[in-house]
Amino acid sequence: MSEDFILITGRTREQAGGLHKGKDSEAYREATALVEMCSEDMARLAIEDGQIVRLRTASNQVEVPVRTGALPSGMLFIPMGPVANLLIDTETEGTGMPSFKGLTVKMELT
Amino acid sequence: MKTIVENVTCTFCGCLCDDIIVEVEDSRIVRVRRVCANGRGIFVDYDPTPRRPTIAGREVDWHEAIVEAAMILDRADSPLIYGLSSTAVEAQRKAVELADRLGAVIDTTSSVCHGPTGLAMQAVGEPSCTLGEVRNRADLLLFWGCNPAASHLRHFRRYSIMSKGTLTPKGRRDRTVFVIDVRPTASAKVADHFLQLKPDSDFEVLTSLRAIIKGEKIEVEKVGGVPTATLRDLAERMKNCRYGVVFMGMGLTMSRARDHNVRELFNLVCELNQFARFSVMPMRGHGNVAGADQVLTWQSGYPFAVSFARGYPQYGPGEFSAVDMLARREADAALILASDPVAHFPGAASEQLKQIPTIILDPMTNLTTQGAQVVFPTACYGVDATGTSYRMDNVAIRLRPVLPTGRPTDEDVLNQVIEAVKQC
Repeated sequence: MSEDFILITGRTREQAGGLHKGKDSEAYREATALVEMCSEDMARLAIEDGQIVRLRTASNQVEVPVRTGALPSGMLFIPMGPVANLLIDTETEGTGMPSFKGLTVKMELT
Repeated sequence: MKTIVENVTCTFCGCLCDDIIVEVEDSRIVRVRRVCANGRGIFVDYDPTPRRPTIAGREVDWHEAIVEAAMILDRADSPLIYGLSSTAVEAQRKAVELADRLGAVIDTTSSVCHGPTGLAMQAVGEPSCTLGEVRNRADLLLFWGCNPAASHLRHFRRYSIMSKGTLTPKGRRDRTVFVIDVRPTASAKVADHFLQLKPDSDFEVLTSLRAIIKGEKIEVEKVGGVPTATLRDLAERMKNCRYGVVFMGMGLTMSRARDHNVRELFNLVCELNQFARFSVMPMRGHGNVAGADQVLTWQSGYPFAVSFARGYPQYGPGEFSAVDMLARREADAALILASDPVAHFPGAASEQLKQIPTIILDPMTNLTTQGAQVVFPTACYGVDATGTSYRMDNVAIRLRPVLPTGRPTDEDVLNQVIEAVKQC
């Protein structure tokens, strides 16, 4: 099973708190290595909280646990950090800014 | 003996809250009050114990590390200096001086946060104000593509939604608040109105608002997923408010159209000034990223992505911005100042940074320090060093240390690197 989602990345309180503990700390890793999905999509795809899914873009792929989040259907959210960034392309369209928000990812069950 | 230091500034984000109370005992911070959850770690997780610099993970004395850094930079054909946003203005000036001397490219974290906002400012101008004006005057607040409830935790209470001022004595009850975003963020919960846009539709919604304000008819029922009637209502509120302010964030700069989104917003705000006082303010993330823009602009004429390779400053977002330089493998050495690009750049750019000799100055260890050739553990401005930072509204704030200074500052180290480069 594979389905396209729109991915956005961004700041969370847990990510901010974790970075002070150290980028190699468990707190930071737990805060950044996850993906949020709305409960409707989770129910439709029979995905449970904590279940590992694979996300794939042209740049790379990651496997992360799912957490319920306040999102519209068809959208995923990953806190900013090294896991999310593996999926981000270096293309900046002449601005210096990569597409950290709004990129299409394929989500697969593992 | 316990010492209580009042009116300390937290340097985590662009709010630069300067009312923090810090209790110090035996040269250690034992308690911090008023600080938010995001900024607390600046004070309680920072260990100010002096540490020696390292070369390839081996502890060395400061002189040896300075000489090694200077040799790496001097040997490089195309050195990149990057970061700057979590250090003080005094160090930022030295970074620009070093770039000028080396003929290096210098870029700041602006390029991956509000770089597109800088491009829009250059195209349109920035109808802006201070946070003091917001607190005292603003009766209509819009938060567009930003989520202060996660990123700037005291913004609502200190400067915007809940703050009380001369013309807003009732605080929250004197203001109307809109949150405009692609998802119902925590910030949306405190708004009077939440407009949920379809992803990548900001530009068309902004253009439609400009059209409505100019008296044009919008013939479709919805724009970007928002009913046109709702946009007409918003436009009327904007035209009839006393003092409106739009706070804008990465939702505009990081999604499709980037600087075009911001340019359209700035145009909208400019045009609203025909009807009411209206301003826009970028929600700056790092504590002194606004200062990095200021310093680079007053030193070179440009806010980020500047090359000194030809002996004079050239501006080139997309060409001299760090992600592009690394993606094209054009940088053959890097000096990172108070930043962690390995954690925050796209994977391929992070990997390339690991392939070139890198020097880093930072009070903390991070993912970039782990792979750097030379690491300088410097003092933390605002905790054990004094300096100057710019708040998100470009008001300069003097940072006072709360602990005795035991480490060299970024400015000290950069000064020594500049002198060592002269000797190469």
